Amino acid sequence: MRNYSSVISYTTLCALGVLAAKLGILNAYVQLVVMYAGINIILSASLNIVNGYMGEFSVGHAGFMAVGAYVASILNVMLFTDSSIFGPPLLPPSSAIFLFPVTLIAGGAAAALAGLLVAVPSFKTRGDYLAIITLAVNYIVKSSIENIQPIGGARGFMGMRNVIDSMEKVLNLPWTMIWVFISVGATVWIIHQLVNSTYGKGIVALRDDEIAAEIMSINTQRMKIVAFMLSSGLAGIAGGLFAHVLGYINPGSFTIMKSTEALVMVYMGGMGSLSGSVISAIIFTLALEAFRPLQVIKWVAVPFLLIFLMIFRTEGIMGHRELTDIFPNLRRWFAPREGRA
Amino acid sequence: MALLEIKDLTHFFGGLRAVYNLNLTLQGGELMGLIGPNGAGKTTVFNMVSGFYRPSEGQIRFLDRDIGGLRPHQVTALGIARTFQSIRLWNSLSVFENICVSQHHQLGYGFLQSVLRTPKFVRSERRVKKRAEEIMDLLGLRQFALEFPKNLPYGLQRRVEIGRALSLRPRLLLLDEPAAGMNPGEVGRLIETIRWIRDEFKLTIWLIEHHMRVVMNVCENMLVLDFGETIAEGRPDEIRQDPRVIKAYLGEEEPVHARGI
Repeated sequence: MRNYSSVISYTTLCALGVLAAKLGILNAYVQLVVMYAGINIILSASLNIVNGYMGEFSVGHAGFMAVGAYVASILNVMLFTDSSIFGPPLLPPSSAIFLFPVTLIAGGAAAALAGLLVAVPSFKTRGDYLAIITLAVNYIVKSSIENIQPIGGARGFMGMRNVIDSMEKVLNLPWTMIWVFISVGATVWIIHQLVNSTYGKGIVALRDDEIAAEIMSINTQRMKIVAFMLSSGLAGIAGGLFAHVLGYINPGSFTIMKSTEALVMVYMGGMGSLSGSVISAIIFTLALEAFRPLQVIKWVAVPFLLIFLMIFRTEGIMGHRELTDIFPNLRRWFAPREGRA
Repeated sequence: MALLEIKDLTHFFGGLRAVYNLNLTLQGGELMGLIGPNGAGKTTVFNMVSGFYRPSEGQIRFLDRDIGGLRPHQVTALGIARTFQSIRLWNSLSVFENICVSQHHQLGYGFLQSVLRTPKFVRSERRVKKRAEEIMDLLGLRQFALEFPKNLPYGLQRRVEIGRALSLRPRLLLLDEPAAGMNPGEVGRLIETIRWIRDEFKLTIWLIEHHMRVVMNVCENMLVLDFGETIAEGRPDEIRQDPRVIKAYLGEEEPVHARGI
């Protein structure tokens, strides 16, 4: 039982959230903020694999997000809706309800492939050079999409709303919210399982001392590929969800600004802390909403928040620790299968 | 079949000849030393054997397999483990985790299985943890299992590093200056540990050392390098007498024409 307590409590919480949304207790705005928070959790937790656990500095997370967003959206619009670009639906629109996760994962897979394309040439580089490569990739992705006219170019791409509508026609539930919840749960679970296995700790070993890692039989190149592909793949899934929450995407949503947001969340939460990433993503989303009345000044207030954080708490909210390190009682419930030592 | 056979091993850094025509055969079970003045090319030899450098010329055969040009993790998987001149432990992992993660090539599962926690994963994790516990018990590290290496005294960190190398189940252990930076008490313990490890784990040890007390007490045979060339090979008492070794370490006698000035 104990092993599943975290899964059960998360599921219950999500079920309550969905129920509240369904019954109209949560209004559309609150629902949107909750979904943004979910997407931000996926973004920060996935970027934390590369920037936190592996200690590299990737700054192009929005580029992978864009790949996932466009691939998932195009697939969905092509398969399930009658659009001016792709013509009549290839599959009955009602099947979207089953096939949505497939297209979402396809988006993630495409982003992971893009990640592979970045990871391979960046083997020989670390630190600043990897930052430059990922920055370039972000711009390449954005400019490429801007110049592919069939999918809207700089004007953007829409029609995802119809996909959600056709899902809701089959069964009237807040589907985007459900998929955000499932994806967040899956992301946190996957990363947690990985970094707590001896295999995944190889990523941390790589950060601490790459030469020692290589001589201690860790295939460092493969570890880098795994970490990078997982990180970019999850960003792609976040992108796919983002596209369906908004119902409209354009290349302008995936600029360096978006990448910076992801970076801020990782460093605010603490590098190499999964619970830190989750907490900071939630705080960051709420802070952005709280500062909304400030309009443009918001982009002054948020960096200030970051500057104060860097002055008073350099290691981020959680540092390298997890929630279970601060509240050991939680371990009884949420840390199954503690390693014997 | 020899354990390690090195034939005419040569390495150039650009125009600099770091190692020249090194020959060595280890049958297995030896305690071999590699000494020489600073910059003689000792660590370069180790770096070639462990796969960090590709030899410019010559051959390295381990268990009848040419290992020149393999990547370090592949060499390690074949059974050559090493430690470093400066301690290179993973400081954000505990001692226990350090000794677990070093068995990476024996895990036998990959990303998907580590996420899904398949039965194979569970079996493999159990095996790795059991091995780490054995190693910690043997080296007396059990009480420090959950400590981070950086919080341990120097001698213990060395011990953890040796434990980490032993967890790989190597046939050949390369120790690069294991006594560097140790106090006399720690050196004494290290000498005993090295001998005991050889007998307990039935492996071959090849070590680089400046500390003459360690070299003369531990090694059965040794190789002396100077400017990349092998100048002597033999037992410690022979090496001690060898004029070329004395010359390399202490310099030449004053030339005749310089006398009386």
